[in-house]
Amino acid sequence: MENREAENKEVNDNKIIVEMKNVKKSFNQNHVLKDVNFQLNRGENLVVLGKSGTGKSVLIKCIVKLIEIDSGSLMVFNKDTLTLKEKELNEIRAKIGFLFQSGALYDSMTVRENLEFPIRRRSKTVTQDELDSSVKEVLENVGLEDTIDKMPSELSGGMRKRISLARTLILKPELMLYDEPTTGLDPITSQEISELILEVQKKYKTTSIIITHDIKCAKITSNRIMVIDGGGFIAEGTYDELKASDNELVSSFFK
Amino acid sequence: MKKDLKQRADQKEKKNTIPISEQTNSSFASFKNVFIEVAMVSLFAVRYFKEMFKPPFEFKEFLKQCYLTGYRSLALVGITGFIMGLVLTIQSTPTMAEFGAEAWIPGMVAVSIIREIGPVITALICAGKVGSGIGAELGSMKVTEQIDSMEVSGANPFKYLVVTRIMATTLMIPVLVIFSDVISLYGSYVGVNLTDKVSFTLFFSKVFESLDFIDLIPAFIKTFFFGFIIGLIGCFKGYNSNKGTEGVGQAANSAVVIASLMVFIIDMIAVQITTLFS
Repeated sequence: MENREAENKEVNDNKIIVEMKNVKKSFNQNHVLKDVNFQLNRGENLVVLGKSGTGKSVLIKCIVKLIEIDSGSLMVFNKDTLTLKEKELNEIRAKIGFLFQSGALYDSMTVRENLEFPIRRRSKTVTQDELDSSVKEVLENVGLEDTIDKMPSELSGGMRKRISLARTLILKPELMLYDEPTTGLDPITSQEISELILEVQKKYKTTSIIITHDIKCAKITSNRIMVIDGGGFIAEGTYDELKASDNELVSSFFK
Repeated sequence: MKKDLKQRADQKEKKNTIPISEQTNSSFASFKNVFIEVAMVSLFAVRYFKEMFKPPFEFKEFLKQCYLTGYRSLALVGITGFIMGLVLTIQSTPTMAEFGAEAWIPGMVAVSIIREIGPVITALICAGKVGSGIGAELGSMKVTEQIDSMEVSGANPFKYLVVTRIMATTLMIPVLVIFSDVISLYGSYVGVNLTDKVSFTLFFSKVFESLDFIDLIPAFIKTFFFGFIIGLIGCFKGYNSNKGTEGVGQAANSAVVIASLMVFIIDMIAVQITTLFS
C-alpha cells in the first residue's frame, strides 16, 4: 500500500514540472507578485495573459532564478529553487529554454556563433561536426538556413526571434519559457511565430509557459490560459472558457 | 493685491530654502552612497580575482579583447604620444636655451615622459576610449537581456565578459604605455631637430644616460594598476547599469569619469611609494 502511494507520488512529481506556492516578490515598495500559486504539468502549453507591468516576465524569470523570490515555495523539476547550489541550478537551467522579449542575440557574434555558444559552454567534448549538424538542424527547424553567417543587426525582428528560438532549442530543453514572443512583430509574422511555438512543442515534446498579451498568440498556442493581475492569478481556463468569462478584465482581452 | 503677491513670494522662498537638517541629511546620503559604491566595486574586484583562477578559461575571448584594447588603440595612443613629445620639447626649448641648457632637453623630456606624462596621459586616453567602450557595451548587453541570456544558457557571463576584459586592459595598457613612451621620445627627437641638428644616436644616448631603473620600474608597475582600474570600473559600471538607454549612457560616462579620477589617485599613491623607497 505504502509502495503504491510512493509510486503515485513519484508519477505526480514527474508530471508536475513547475510548482509555485504563495510566491511573493517585491521591488522596494512595488509588490509585483503578492500570492502566486500554480502548477505546470508536463507536455502542456500554459499561456499567462496580463496587462503590462503585472509581473508576467518576473514570474518566468523567477523560474530560472534570474530573479529570486522573497517568500513562498518554487519547485522546478522537483527541486526547490531557494536551496539550489550553483551546479544544481546549472543542471536545471540546461533543461530550460528561455526566449527573451528582445531576442537577446549576442550582437558581436554571427548567427552561427550565437547558436554554438550555449553548446560550447555546456559540453567540452563536442566536435565541430556535431556542432555543425546541430546548428543546421535548428536553423532548418526555424526555416532560416541561409542566415548562418549573418550578424544579428542584418536580421529583421521576426528573423531575430526565430534565431533566438533556434538558440534555445539547440540544447533540446524540456521546458520552454517564452517572454512575449510576438511583441513588436506584424500580425503575419506574429502568427508564424505562434505556429512555430506549436510546432516546436510537438517536435521537441516540450512543456511551455508563454507570457503574452497577444490574444491571437494565446489562441494558437495554449492548452490552458491563466490571467494575472494585481500580483496574482485572477482567472484560469481554456481559451473558450475564458472568452465566455464574466470578469471585465478577462473579457477585455478577447474583444 | 500687493499683500497677496508678498505672501506668494514668501511661500516660494520657503519652498526654495531647504532646512539645514535636510541639507545635512542629503549630504549624509550622498556620502553613504559613495561608501556603498566603493564597497560594491571592492566586492566586484574580489569576485574577479575568484573567477580569474577558476576553469574554464575563456582564452579566445581574452585574445579578442587584447586585440580590441591593444591593437585598436595603437593609432590614437601613437599620435597623442608623438604630439606630447613634440610639444613638450618645443615648449621647453626657449626656457632651457635661456640657461644654455639645450643639451639637457632629451634627458628632461625622457624623465618627464617615462616617469609621469606617458603613463598618465595614455591611461587617461584609454579610460576615455576603452573604459567608455566597455561600459557602453556591457550596459547595452544588460539592457537588451544578453547578459541574462548568457546566464540562462549555462555560461558564466562574469567570466566571459568581465574577467576577459579586465585581464585584457591590465595587460594591454602597460604595452600601450611603452609604445606611447617610445613614440613620444621620437616626437621629442623631431622637436629638437626643428631648431637644432641632433643625430638620432646622440639624442637617444642622452635619453638613456638620464634614465635610471628607479625611473623605469615604478612607472611600469603602476601602468598595470591603471589598466586594472580602467577595466574594473568600465565592467562594473556596464555590468550594473540600470535598465534603459539612459542607463547605458550613464554607465559609459561614469566609467570614464571615475576611471580617470582613479588613475590620478593611483598615480599619487605610486609617487608617494616611489619617493619613500628612493
